[in-house]
Amino acid sequence: MKPLPGYRRPAPGTQPEYLHPPYVSSRKRAPTQPLVPLPDTLSEITGPIFRREIVAVNAFDLTRQGKGEPLGERIVVSGQVLDEDSRPIRESLVEIWQANSAGRYLHKIDQHDAPLDPNFVGVGQTFTDGEGRYRFFTIRPGAYPWRNHPNAWRPQHIHFSLFGPAFATRLVTQMYFPGDPLLDFDPIFNSVPDTAARNSLISKFDWTSTVPDIALGFRFDIILCGRNATPMEK
Amino acid sequence: MSGRTTPSQTVGPFFSIGFARLERTDLTQGAGADKRITIRGRVLDGDGQPVPDAVLEIWQADSDGRYAHPEDAAGLMAADKFFGFGRVSVNDKGEFRFTTIKPGSVGNPDGAPQAPHLVVSVFMRGLLRRLITRIYFSGEPGNQTDAVLARVPDQRRHTLIAHPTGGSGEILIWDIHLQGDKETAFFEY
Repeated sequence: MKPLPGYRRPAPGTQPEYLHPPYVSSRKRAPTQPLVPLPDTLSEITGPIFRREIVAVNAFDLTRQGKGEPLGERIVVSGQVLDEDSRPIRESLVEIWQANSAGRYLHKIDQHDAPLDPNFVGVGQTFTDGEGRYRFFTIRPGAYPWRNHPNAWRPQHIHFSLFGPAFATRLVTQMYFPGDPLLDFDPIFNSVPDTAARNSLISKFDWTSTVPDIALGFRFDIILCGRNATPMEK
Repeated sequence: MSGRTTPSQTVGPFFSIGFARLERTDLTQGAGADKRITIRGRVLDGDGQPVPDAVLEIWQADSDGRYAHPEDAAGLMAADKFFGFGRVSVNDKGEFRFTTIKPGSVGNPDGAPQAPHLVVSVFMRGLLRRLITRIYFSGEPGNQTDAVLARVPDQRRHTLIAHPTGGSGEILIWDIHLQGDKETAFFEY
């Protein structure tokens, strides 16, 4: 067997620390002992490669999962998934979930006093194409209150889950919207120390993907960790 | 290098709506006659309280120690072969349970074989990044020479080892302690 290259570790400041005290839930759940550096082994440079058939063909369109149309502002969220060397992440699963336009999730523990929408589930799946591109049709999610601190509100966001080619490249993140006044006050968004990295979570309004008479476009490109050029550490 | 990895953010409290479609607690499809094992346990927070909103993702090799992945054994990637992926949510009491097979010893291109193990990602509200850990098997001779276990401080190594309960050896217990005296060893990647 020839040595295979592993994956790069994140640049300093570009990922949140586990313990971020302003985010109260991190206090009892973040590890307190030093993390053990993991070498690259075959177990990390492999990972699940999902087949397209597991996703329904219309699962990219969250506006057509009910009997009628959901309420709210219809949007197109699209972008490209790349690695750190700008190589497209091809044919790879992308999962999203979000609140409805009133800021309510279709989840049994969401008690926010806002209406559910019988025509909106808030869950989407798709695969990137041969150039790493993905696209979802959905409804702009509402902001909603949470109990982190007095009068706390989450900015509008969509949760993203990506696998990429390996266990090493797994990423779960959140996409935000440009100009949201709540971003400055959100401990989750602000858990990312590096300003440029943090702002990369904010989508951009995009004429190119805006569909005339149908939906505004927002572009959100995602970068998964890149491959080392050197062989795995022993 | 032209870009930097997008920052991780928490899955939040409502991830189960997004993760449900891929929930997979029985990994044994395609495993043939290999003996089934069940691994169960609890996820506990810094107060020792059960975490009712966590999800584990499992990645493992087949009983020959091969991964269904183009960089190892592309031939295993057919739909009827052992896949090796699991997604397992905890219940309201912080308990999880999944059924699988024991993986074989995993080869390493430039090192000694690794002891049989499962790699695990843990996601939950309060975790801004996933936690990465591993499940090894008690009584496995290869544990003594495993290069990853060797990096874990002696007194914490036991937190990565699943133990059989009862006589048959088919059910193994492995708990995740996020903090405290029994804190599970987590890896930096």
